[in-house]
Amino acid sequence: MTKRLKTPLSEDDVRSLKAGEVVYLDGVVLTGRDEVHIHALEHLEKGESIPVDFKGAALFHCGPIMRKSGDAWEVVAAGPTTSSRMNSLEPEFIEKFRPGAIIGKGGMSQPTVDAMKKHGCVYLAITGGAAVLAAKGISSVSGVEWYELGMPEAIWILNADNFGPLTVGIDSHGNSLYASVNEKVKENEAKVRERLGLKK
Amino acid sequence: MVTETDVQNAVVELLRKTVVRLPADVKSALKAAAEIETEEVPRMQLKAIMDNIALAEEGNTPMCQDTGVTIFYITLPRNCEVDVEKGIVDGVRLATKEVPLRPNAVQPLTRKNPGDNVGERMPFINCKVGDKEYIEITVMTKGAGSENMSQLGMLTPSQGVPGIKEFVLSTVLRAGGNPCPPMVLGIGIGGSSDICMKLAKEALLRPLNERHKDSEIAALETELLEALNMLDIGPMGLGGRTTVLGLNIEYAYCHTASLPVAVNVQCWAARRGTVRIHPDGKLQFPTHEEG
Ligand code: SF4
Repeated sequence: MTKRLKTPLSEDDVRSLKAGEVVYLDGVVLTGRDEVHIHALEHLEKGESIPVDFKGAALFHCGPIMRKSGDAWEVVAAGPTTSSRMNSLEPEFIEKFRPGAIIGKGGMSQPTVDAMKKHGCVYLAITGGAAVLAAKGISSVSGVEWYELGMPEAIWILNADNFGPLTVGIDSHGNSLYASVNEKVKENEAKVRERLGLKK
Repeated sequence: MVTETDVQNAVVELLRKTVVRLPADVKSALKAAAEIETEEVPRMQLKAIMDNIALAEEGNTPMCQDTGVTIFYITLPRNCEVDVEKGIVDGVRLATKEVPLRPNAVQPLTRKNPGDNVGERMPFINCKVGDKEYIEITVMTKGAGSENMSQLGMLTPSQGVPGIKEFVLSTVLRAGGNPCPPMVLGIGIGGSSDICMKLAKEALLRPLNERHKDSEIAALETELLEALNMLDIGPMGLGGRTTVLGLNIEYAYCHTASLPVAVNVQCWAARRGTVRIHPDGKLQFPTHEEG
């Protein structure tokens, strides 16, 4: 089933999504990877404000290539980065900032699945490396924050228009496609070992 | 006579082609993978990849935002008088601005980014002298998502072929969906620790549909490829029939007391490109003949 949703996402939007469904997004999408997570949590701890509102937001694990044409920024390529690098930071990030969706590739570990269930957030898988397709779903760039972190690490404020396809990889009910694939892969490993003449 | 500026311009052109267009063998492997997939989720992933490839070609833009770090393999004519290395470094610098490439190269400790993909030993250039009249430059633009999943194992000789298979299997299981599968595996066997890793990367330079000329190695390539595709990790680790798009092995003789094995993991965006600079300045792109 294919759905189209607008950010910021309400809790109802988020809870309505089931693992395996396909979603397209409209509205603001914020990029943020390693440094944004670290920085945002540090700011919060020090009681300092951050320049964007993550509530209900779609946070995109992405380090894009951007180009300045005149005064405006445009996206050259914007595919996802490996989400598992953010595994240790994401549960706390979700708890403190309450994003509605995390967009990335490769999936995330159990503590993040748990945090998503508890606070209402989903993981949307975007095809890794498909950066031109992703850029096509971004109609304009509203701005950039924390640019001093470097082009790939900054928060880019992107305006999405039919951004996708995104596959719900982890829903807010504790279901993870990655976990079910993992289980299957474990079963298949036995067959592979037999085929290669290896010990069980 | 060919000048450094000619080399620089050839390298910019080479990098542009390499990050925009996949070699024909990789494209047809992806197409074949899409054809055998029956499940909805992996079909969607492969369709997104194919759509993305077409869009990149149409718009002449890099197919992936991670344009990698640049690793070069060059073969010089015997009497080469041009400073090819300088031409390459300048070419990378210019291509970073003009293509553009993402500035990825940083100092490893301070993580400082000079912004032009040039720094100590970067671009990395492997150089040899050949017997042709032309300068041949091959580049691999290697992304981090896949490279980070690569591994070296210093096995003992008694672990033998089963040990090698075991090591490759565990590398793929560990990599899972992280290296943007369907992945390509370059496997090095033998040599020493450094030679083995180098062989693994060089294995990625061979077209996916070409088996090793040694039939025993060719058989191992096929056996591993078929077996690993029974895992069903699938495109992007979301399940599906094609986990490994291609698998090439290179080997070297090694010490009787050691058995190094290395796996260099590559993603679906298996970008590589070659340019030949002829003495009259004519350029030829054997990996990118159609454009
Ligand atoms: S692993 Fe490859 S396809 Fe995926 S983001 Fe990195 S360079 Fe791009």
